[in-house]
Amino acid sequence: MRDPVKSRVAPWIFIAPAFCVIGVFFFVPVIAAFALSVTDFDIYAMADIANLRFTGLENYARLLSTPLFWQALGNTFYFVIVGVPLSIALSLGAALLLDSRLALFKPFFRTALFAPVVTTLVAVAVVWRYLFHTRYGMVNYALGQVGVGPVDWLGDPHWAMPTIILLAVWKNFGYNMIIFLASLQTIPAELYEAARIDGASPARQTFHITLPLLGPTLALVGIITTAGYFQLFAEPYVMTQGGPLHSTLSVLYFMYQEGFKWWNFGAASAVALMLFGLIAAVTALLMRASRRWIAP
Amino acid sequence: MLSAVLALCAVCAAAAAEPVKLKFWVMGREGEVVQKLLPEFERRHPDIRVELQQVPWTVAHEKLLTAFAGGALPDLCQLGNTWIAEFSALKVLTDLDALARSSPVVLPGDYFAGIWNTNVVAARLEGIPWYVDTRLLFYRRDLLERAGIKSPPRSWAEWEQALAAVKRNAAPDRFAILLPLNEAEPLLALALQQNEPLLRDNGRHGAFSEPGFRRALQFYASMFRNGWAPAVAGAQIANVWDEFARGLFAFYVSGPWNIEEFKRRLPPGRQRDWMTAPLPGPDGPGASIAGGASLVIFRSSRNAQAAWRLIEYLSEPAVQLRFHALTGNLPPRRSPWRDPQLANDPYAAAFREQLERVRPVPRIPEWERIATAMQEAAEQVVRGGASVDDATRALDRRVDAILEKRRWMLARKRVE
Repeated sequence: MRDPVKSRVAPWIFIAPAFCVIGVFFFVPVIAAFALSVTDFDIYAMADIANLRFTGLENYARLLSTPLFWQALGNTFYFVIVGVPLSIALSLGAALLLDSRLALFKPFFRTALFAPVVTTLVAVAVVWRYLFHTRYGMVNYALGQVGVGPVDWLGDPHWAMPTIILLAVWKNFGYNMIIFLASLQTIPAELYEAARIDGASPARQTFHITLPLLGPTLALVGIITTAGYFQLFAEPYVMTQGGPLHSTLSVLYFMYQEGFKWWNFGAASAVALMLFGLIAAVTALLMRASRRWIAP
Repeated sequence: MLSAVLALCAVCAAAAAEPVKLKFWVMGREGEVVQKLLPEFERRHPDIRVELQQVPWTVAHEKLLTAFAGGALPDLCQLGNTWIAEFSALKVLTDLDALARSSPVVLPGDYFAGIWNTNVVAARLEGIPWYVDTRLLFYRRDLLERAGIKSPPRSWAEWEQALAAVKRNAAPDRFAILLPLNEAEPLLALALQQNEPLLRDNGRHGAFSEPGFRRALQFYASMFRNGWAPAVAGAQIANVWDEFARGLFAFYVSGPWNIEEFKRRLPPGRQRDWMTAPLPGPDGPGASIAGGASLVIFRSSRNAQAAWRLIEYLSEPAVQLRFHALTGNLPPRRSPWRDPQLANDPYAAAFREQLERVRPVPRIPEWERIATAMQEAAEQVVRGGASVDDATRALDRRVDAILEKRRWMLARKRVE
């Protein structure tokens, strides 16, 4: 005979370890961050907890009236809105090329295009700083050959973010490319065969077979990449330190400075929670949109 | 049973003779070098063992604060002297005044006053200077001569003449001076040369819109406006030494570590072409920053006496000279400077002169953040085209916001 009580307890026992882990490593930190964000926890409070003031939502209000925070937010959106489509287009393009029956040396190109993902960003940054050097950079040299004047890539506030976007896209597109490749290989060859027999051109095959069947993968890649790109930090950290004139300062970089450079954990936690809310909202929006488009 | 008791006694005996273990944290290059000085100390003090830990500068600040939060601070530590006020606010530094007063080695009068004062916070002596760091001019003698300048400038007016002359005589893509826009120190040195303080009312408010700082910022910005300095950050100059050797710029405001670097990295053919000079001031030789690092003892240490022995040892003039030979770091006290090793060093002479004219930055925990804000305001003027008046007014507003907590603490007498 089965004991109904026992069978109701058993699943809880099984999921308890997972719940504990999620609780300790997710819920507790988030609650702690929220608690910190309504105080002015700083170096004085570290010295003596009596110096801690409960400030309510003042940290949030002050952030919203800080021009630098808005600039960081603007920079982050700039990076996401330009970077994500560019990155996905490049990944998809590379995957389609690699998947083509006409492509030669496939394993070589697959490895070469994936290589940036596994390189160390700090080492890459050194090379990129040289490539984009105003005086000795190869990029400006090539532009000079076609008569374009030297561009101050990392020193001009208008060009610094495009350079960072280029670096991030180049560094990350290989990862999505592999996901697309895997997904492409699951599309049955019979579909293409049938289309060819019906006389469909390669372009029509791409738009009517490949892209629709890639839909769920595209949605997944889009959501993951967007969430990842909102957390821009390492690229400006190693290339420009947020400069020139804060043109590459991201929200996460702003948080890092508040928290770990100036030890204003109250303000830093407020930034973190706002970024968390922002990413959650944008991701939810993308999920809804993708469900509408992909669902038949 | 008997053997167990014997073993226990052996442990007791060993514990009694166990030497004091001193935890000593040292940053960056000094961490590698100080290792060579320690055997002699341990030979003289067989009852003390030094456990050295090297900490990279980039993580030092974070590591120290984390150690403070976790109650794992070492016995003694090297501390950049701009950090002393911050750790003093945490109430973790031992007051060394009584120890220094009775010490036969650490003689306050022998130290450069500006440097010594950086360690005095609210009338407490919280550190002993270990080595000094100040900023002055590195310049290309040949480029100045070609421009018709016989001797390095002593005043701002002479400096302007020299900069204009060097720029006139240089190719259009070359400059007279390099002032990396991400470095606050050059502007800070110019600001410290003014008679007005940078903060007013005991560090309650910024005083950056007062005439003193405005004058310094005006002069700093003019070097970019006149095309004498390129508007670049440090990371954009791929290699400062190569560019200096090539003549991209003739003046460079930098610190003592570059004496060794210039000797090592400039090509042999250029070695006779460079020299150092004290920083020019508004009218005649000016002040510069009293920087450097100090040795501090944490209050949590149970081995303060032994830690003080180590500080005394590292402060001995002879040990300071060895330290200088190993690192190029300059001693903070006058007696080692009389030794031929330093007295006859032509590059160090300008530093010797400058050290008599160094001034500390305001000693409050918020200072580093304020210095960063100051440099960002300067960048707004140089790159963003803001006016000096607008930028300094905005800077004062920002500094006042940074100091809000400090004002609250002062009002409640929680800090001095």
